[in-house]
Order: sequence, then structure tokens, then C-alpha cells
Amino acid sequence: MAQGLKTIIKKELADHFSSYRFTIIFALIAMLSLITAYMVGLNIKNELAGVAKPRFIFLMLFTSSGALFSLVQFVAFFGPLVGLVLGFDTINRERNEGTLSKLLSQPIYRDVVINGKFLAGVVMIAVMMISIVMVITGLGLLIMGIVPGFEELWRIFLYLIISIIYISLWLGVAILFSIVFRSTATSALAALAMWIFFSFFVSLGANILANALSSDTTESDPDKVMTRAKIVKAFSLTSPMELYTDATATIIDPMRKSTRSMVSMGPLESISMARFSGPLPLSQSILIVVPYIISLIAIAVICFAISYTVFMRQEIRSM
Amino acid sequence: MSTKAIIETHELTKIYNGQAAVDQLTFIVNEGEIFGFLGPNGAGKTTTLLMLLGLTEPTSGKARVLGLDPTRDPIKVKSRIGYLQENMGFYPDLNARQMLRFVGELNGVTGSAAETRIESALQTVGLFEEIGKKIGAYSRGMRQRLGIAELLIKDSKVAFLDEPTLGLDPDATNRMIELIQSLARDQHMTILLSSHMLQQVQKICHRIGIMIKGKMVVQGPIDQLAQEKFGVGKEKYSLEQIYMKYFQEA
Ligand SMILES: Nc1ncnc2c1ncn2[C@@H]1O[C@H](COP(=O)(O)OP(=O)(O)OP(=O)(O)O)[C@@H](O)[C@H]1O
Ligand SMILES: [Mg+2]
Repeated sequence: MAQGLKTIIKKELADHFSSYRFTIIFALIAMLSLITAYMVGLNIKNELAGVAKPRFIFLMLFTSSGALFSLVQFVAFFGPLVGLVLGFDTINRERNEGTLSKLLSQPIYRDVVINGKFLAGVVMIAVMMISIVMVITGLGLLIMGIVPGFEELWRIFLYLIISIIYISLWLGVAILFSIVFRSTATSALAALAMWIFFSFFVSLGANILANALSSDTTESDPDKVMTRAKIVKAFSLTSPMELYTDATATIIDPMRKSTRSMVSMGPLESISMARFSGPLPLSQSILIVVPYIISLIAIAVICFAISYTVFMRQEIRSM
Repeated sequence: MSTKAIIETHELTKIYNGQAAVDQLTFIVNEGEIFGFLGPNGAGKTTTLLMLLGLTEPTSGKARVLGLDPTRDPIKVKSRIGYLQENMGFYPDLNARQMLRFVGELNGVTGSAAETRIESALQTVGLFEEIGKKIGAYSRGMRQRLGIAELLIKDSKVAFLDEPTLGLDPDATNRMIELIQSLARDQHMTILLSSHMLQQVQKICHRIGIMIKGKMVVQGPIDQLAQEKFGVGKEKYSLEQIYMKYFQEA
């Protein structure tokens, strides 16, 4: 391991674990996901009374909507916030406090600083996701009295991995902002803007673009409708959120045959759907999802490449 | 004293936004000496130190520290040099022991060897009583002494001290100066000392260099400079008078 990497990871982890910031956001997310899972669990239990149990019922804990949204949607929306909060001021705060020059006047390479901060953040993200999933699984066992099957466990595991990659990508974006912007307030704003942009504007933009490209929106010609749908899809896939929702949907909802966008369904709806269609085998789900995962990783790698090139040549003094 | 050059620059230049912060700087620091690096605010002293450490890339010119090029070999250079920076740069949430442990680990000093070194270093600088106190609660003088303790942890043979006496009361200034002198004497450190406390510099420095607007206007032993400017030995003139003379001429 590169010299100093372990030391920096250790220090960053200690900082995260003792920071109010992480404690608050973690408590918030744990609370919300608990409530969601609890309500979904109760729903499923009620609606299943006296009905034969369909396959993959356990996964419904993650996919069917509780009060407002399903757990999967919840992570897609709030996960980025965790990544951004963990990293938006990590370099510029140290630069402003003068600790960055202290760090870099020790015998370590500059990239070790970025890598250490990123890896420590990934550990935090993993800890958070794993504990949330474990709590939900436990809750499901308690409320529904159903033990997840082997394949379901695999799917939950894959869901975890994809989620960690997804949130880490946002951490990478946050670290990039903390390098590029000197002021922590600016990088916080930029991170927030980025999050809102991808949460709301990309899908909106996709529709506007599709409208502009295909003249008539009330077109009933199936070819035209298809083209339109393809434009919307292609454009949305520039958004990591879209990539993530589609990928996890395929993994965690085997009844899905493609990565069409997520519609929130109540448990009964999904159960009745399950009655009429066979599930996609795990291997097929994975096959569909691999390109999505690669795209997510590619975005993260691009962020990193930019971070490295900027940071290597940057002045490290605070003014 | 041997005359092996520890630091050597040749026409070292750093240009910020079209303005030269360091302008064709050429100077030498020999092994075992305390070199007083003087100059008015904004002369380019800190910039020079950053270039010697490989933290800032020179626009042009050459620098050698312990025979190494700081731009090419930054890791080796940084492992051999202790740097006390202007603003200290300590993590306020750590206590002295944690901070020194962190620096030690980054320099490959770990385990019980590190613990003994930390304790004896804090004893040397007179901070042993405050070992468990958060650095955020340290006074400026305490932080400066902690900076010296950090040099002892690294056990570096060369130290760059950027204004270690800044903002200290007269008594603390004298103790800091004595501490620096003892580093040179007991640890055989070569010290590049930037300071505005001319009276104290005069007491401990073997040679000085005066930097004005990015250029080294003069360097050498103090009595030699006095000889040059006033034609008499240094007993007659204080460093302050010599400095002002050069400053007005520049
Ligand atoms: N990051 C930067 N960007 C642009 N100019 C800079 C930067 N850092 C320093 N300078 C300029 O370089 C010049 C030299 O600054 P430097 O900090 O080296 O001076 P100094 O001799 O250490 O002064 P002082 O005694 O006040 O510490 C100054 O004119 C300063 O404005
Ligand atoms: Mg300075």
C-alpha cells in the first residue's frame, strides 16, 4: 500500500465517526428507511393474509412503496446527499485551515490524500448501507415472518454493491468540487445544485428534448412513439440517478423484464403482476445490469481523473 | 565547521499572475549553520521555502536540497526536512499526542518507538503537561513549540522555520530562540530561519541573507555585512541598522 494511505484513511474515519454531520445524516436516513420498511412490511402482511405467497415476496420490502416512496427510490434520491455531504469540503477546508500544507509537507504523494479521503468515505457509505439493509431484513423477518430465499439474498447483496458504487460516485463528485472551489460555501452550493439538477431537471429536460425532436406529441404512429421513448431514455441515461434506478430495479425486482423506469406500485399490484409473469433468472438480471454498473464506475473514474489532474498542479497555500 | 552546501539555489524564480514573487534567487546554506532568512513582508520568503520543499513548482531556475531536486524527488526531500509553517496547520480537534502520532506515522515512525519519541519531544519543548489537551485550545506560543516538537518526531537534519517567533511575548521569544539554538547544537540540525526579530536573529545566526522584492540583495556572516556597509565590525552596529541600510538602498 502506498505510504501514508492507511494513516490517512484511519484519520478520516475517526473524523467521520466523531462528526455531528455524519451522525445526523445517518440518523435521518436510518429513521426514514425504518419507517418506510415498517409500513411496507405491515402492508404486505395484511394484503397477503389468506393469499398464496408469490415468489420473491421478501424483495417487495425494498421495492413497493410505503407512505410515499419505496426504499429503493429513497436511496436513489437521498443517497447522493450522503456522498456529497461526506466530501464537499474535504480538501478546501484543509486548504483554508492550513492543514493541507502540513499534510503535503510530509513524505506522501498528493494522490494518496485524495485516495485516502475517498476510501474512508466509501467505508462510511458501506457501513451505512449495510446497516440499513440489515435492519430492514431483520424487520421483514419480524413483521412478515418470511425467511428470504437464497436467490433473494443474492439479489439484496447485489443491490447493496450497486448502491455503494452509486453513492461513492457522488462522493467522487463532492471531492472534485472541494478541490476546484476554494471556498467551502461555494462547493456546498455547487454540490447542491448538481444534486437538484440530476434529481429533477434531467428527466424534465429529456421530455423537452424529445418534444423538440419529434414534432407531434399526440402522434399515434407506433414508430414515432418508439423513437420518442428512445430519445427520452437515451437522454435520461446521462443521469447517474437514472442509471442507478434502472439497475437496482432489475436486480431487486425479478418480475421486470427490462430496465424500464420505475413506477411505484403497491404490494397488491406487484403481487398480481407476479401471478401472470415468470421471473427473470438472476444470471439474466446481472447480464442486463452490468453495462449500467460499468457506466456508473466510468463516471466516477472521470471525476477522479479530473480531480487528480487539477490537484497535482494546484497551489496548496491557503491564499 | 564543514562547508558542505545543504541548500543551493540558482536563479530560482516563481511568477504569480505575471509578477515575480521570487526573482532569480541564488543562495547557499551550509551544513550545520543557522541561516537567518530576512526580508520585509511579501519579499517571497515563504514562497522560496515552498519551492525548496517541492510544494510549489518553480517557474524557472534550479534548487537543490541535500543534493536532491525538490520538484523531481519531493518524497525524499520531504522525508528529510522538518517544516514549521507560518500558520502552524495543526488539526484543532486533535490533542498533541494524536497530532504527533499522526505525523510520526506518515513518516514511518510508529509503535512504542513513536510514543517514547513523542513524550521526550514534548518534554524538550515544555509541553508535556498539555499532552492531552486539544490543539484548538492551545495558545499561539504553545502551537509554535508543538511545531518544534514535530521536527523532533521527524528527526530531520534540516529544518525550515517560517517565523517561529511571530506573535510571541518577549520571554517566549527568548525561549523559542534558545530552543532553536539547541536544535542546531544538540541535534546538529541545519536551520533556515525566517524571522523579523532581528535582535534575536543576530544572537544565533551564523549567516544571514536579506531578501527584498524576490531578490537576495546580500548574504553572508553579519560582521562581514557590517564591514561592507559601514567599514567596521558588527560590535559597532546592530543587525537592525544593517538591515535598514540595505532596505533603504533597495
Ligand atoms: N497563491 C498566490 N497567488 C498569487 N500571488 C501570491 C500567492 N502566494 C503569494 N503570492 C505573492 O507572492 C509574494 C511573496 O509572498 P510570500 O508569502 O512568499 O512573502 P513572505 O516573504 O513570506 O512575506 P511575509 O513576511 O509577510 O510572510 C507576495 O507578493 C504575494 O502577494
Ligand atoms: Mg511568509
